[in-house]
Amino acid sequence: MPEAPFPRSEPTPPPANKQRAQGNRRIAIAAFGTVVGMVGLSFAAVPLYAAFCKATGYNGTVQTGGPAAPGAVERQVTVRFNATTHPSLPWQFEAAQKAMPVHLGESGLAFYRAANRADRPVEGVATYNVTPEVVGKYFHKTACFCFDAQTLQPGQSVEMPVSFWVDPEMAKDPETRDIRTITLSYTFFRTLADAERTGALASAGPHVGRMAEPPTATR
Amino acid sequence: MAQAAHDTAHSGHDDHHDHAPGFVSRWLFSTNHKDIGTLYIIFSVVAACVGVTLSILMRIELQEPGMQIFSGGQAWNAMVSAHGLVMVFFVVMPALIGGFGNWFVPIMIGAPDMAFPRLNNISFWLIVPAFMLLVSSMFVGQGAGAGWTIYPPLSDSTYQSGPSMDMALFALHLAGASSILGAANFITTIFNMRAPGMTLHKMPLFVWAMLVTAFLLLLSVPVLGGAITMLITDRNFGTAFFRPEGGGDPVLFQHLFWFFGHPEVYIMILPAFGIVSHILSTFSRKPIFGYLGMAYAMVAIGVVGFVVWAHHMFTSGISVDTRAYFMAATMIIAVPTGIKIFSWIATMWGGSLDFRTPMLYAIGFVFLFTVGGVTGVKLANAGVTVILHNTYYVIAHFHYVLSLGAVFGIYAGFYYWIGKMSGYQYPEFWGKVQFWTTFIGVNITFFPMHFLGAQGMPRRYPDYPDAFAGWNLVASIGSYISAASFLLFIWVVVLTFIRKEKAAANPWGEGATTLEWQVSSPPPFHTFDELPRIR
Repeated sequence: MPEAPFPRSEPTPPPANKQRAQGNRRIAIAAFGTVVGMVGLSFAAVPLYAAFCKATGYNGTVQTGGPAAPGAVERQVTVRFNATTHPSLPWQFEAAQKAMPVHLGESGLAFYRAANRADRPVEGVATYNVTPEVVGKYFHKTACFCFDAQTLQPGQSVEMPVSFWVDPEMAKDPETRDIRTITLSYTFFRTLADAERTGALASAGPHVGRMAEPPTATR
Repeated sequence: MAQAAHDTAHSGHDDHHDHAPGFVSRWLFSTNHKDIGTLYIIFSVVAACVGVTLSILMRIELQEPGMQIFSGGQAWNAMVSAHGLVMVFFVVMPALIGGFGNWFVPIMIGAPDMAFPRLNNISFWLIVPAFMLLVSSMFVGQGAGAGWTIYPPLSDSTYQSGPSMDMALFALHLAGASSILGAANFITTIFNMRAPGMTLHKMPLFVWAMLVTAFLLLLSVPVLGGAITMLITDRNFGTAFFRPEGGGDPVLFQHLFWFFGHPEVYIMILPAFGIVSHILSTFSRKPIFGYLGMAYAMVAIGVVGFVVWAHHMFTSGISVDTRAYFMAATMIIAVPTGIKIFSWIATMWGGSLDFRTPMLYAIGFVFLFTVGGVTGVKLANAGVTVILHNTYYVIAHFHYVLSLGAVFGIYAGFYYWIGKMSGYQYPEFWGKVQFWTTFIGVNITFFPMHFLGAQGMPRRYPDYPDAFAGWNLVASIGSYISAASFLLFIWVVVLTFIRKEKAAANPWGEGATTLEWQVSSPPPFHTFDELPRIR
């Protein structure tokens, strides 16, 4: 940079400066208001998104708490069952049957099996969805173990029933009428409360650069 | 000469001129938009040294199949993530928005300074610790290896344990705060500080570009802030915004991230659009073709850019109808972009073209950005993306619009304005050598990635099957040429300051019509104490 002349004082304020400063302040307040609004919206997105998924079956979100099965029609689909276990949960979790054919509108009953392989009681919780995701709005679950936290004692094993039915409307919707196979997928996680009890929750504690507790998965 | 122009303009308070602020108060406590702009540009070059080094390390690793210099996948991921974040937040944005924006928006609208000079200072000094946090996160634990998209569950405490991920997230928070403050400042300046007669429809296109960019920042960055706040509390305080075991949904993060991330890509390219418009007009000695169309095309890109985010998530499981909408909306962006491309060509058409270095870069920008835009339209197809998603085709696409688009815009702006900013003109010969090295280098680097991607080579792996070896070697050689061109750029900067070839107030002739060419080179410390009148 060459020798540039630097006035020491602030530039002499022109007469219009006060008005301009007021305008500046107004615009800045509007701008920061927008920022606060957008932060608010991003947090509001959390419940809104959950409500949206539930209402539309988006993301393969399954319908729960609906009416009982209306009765079978002729059309059949195959329902496959998938089981996944998060590495932090020391359970063995599997579907008791690979797949079963059901008629639309017919009530189906399937079982999953879970066994605790750890030497201490562990609490798990399951989430689920269906693929193809578009059938979410036609897949009804009347009873299941989803979202009920369950504790298994060391070595304990349980059978978990899922009862469901597929809405015959599915055969009429152009988006879903070609679907012959629906996969119901459950993933078991360790509950946050359980992780907290054993001190494995997140990492608010001292950071060590590696996982505080290596996963004791059975894989 | 500069002195004379200045003295006549400010004869009122000559008595102050002998007092220059000391080094500390001028550069650390600076509230002067030109000094802050200079700081931003220097910062961006420093950050670019880091970003370029990371990319060269990556290309050394990918030069041959097998593991060369990285210890494993996590080290690689940390390096890739740092490269992306450094380039986006600490190279492109500081150069285009903080650097050229701060320098030239007030001058172009005839304002004495930004509306909030102290806010401007905070903006700059927030981005420095942000950068330090991000760079040091690479050396803490195993590094933050979740990509620049930081999707959970990869970024959660199970897979990125340790503080490095948190450091990267805080770096993003700081950089975001800096951007938001800067954006509010630009909006206020542009709306309220224009000289008498400078109506919105007379504003230079660079100012229009900065205005749209500032709005995009203001609306999108807070959403990133919200999303990474949730990520931080998920990681550290046991919340479950994105953790299914507590009822959260990781896909929500992708929505929030891309609601920010898509406007972000326009944030990086719009200022370059503005710069290129000025340069093409200057060196064609013609006014820009279709001024209003150019301005409102940028507005349209900004508006539509907010409703296309899920085209980054075509394989994240969204319904056919949703994909159809996002695909169509994305392709619509090609319309305003096309308006810009064709108006640039029409500006050059029949002009008296002068192929100085900035012009070469501007024409290179138009050409390469069009290539990147075409692959963008291809990728916008939901069906095609199922095959190309997360392949090197995507890498080729976004490097054509960013590395060859935004970065060409930065180089173009630098060569165009360095005489104005420093008072010294760059060496034309070395500038042209630098352009051609860059042009050849980046094309050899990124063009083969189209082939690799189309053949199915996935992103984010340090190793690949032998079948991909040939083009990867070519790309690596290209990246070494590109790195050499970056060193050459530093050499050009050094030469510029060694040779001290004085730049005239307007070195470009009658084509350069905007207000910055009316003031001396370099402009006086305080421009426009007396507001200019625009007719």
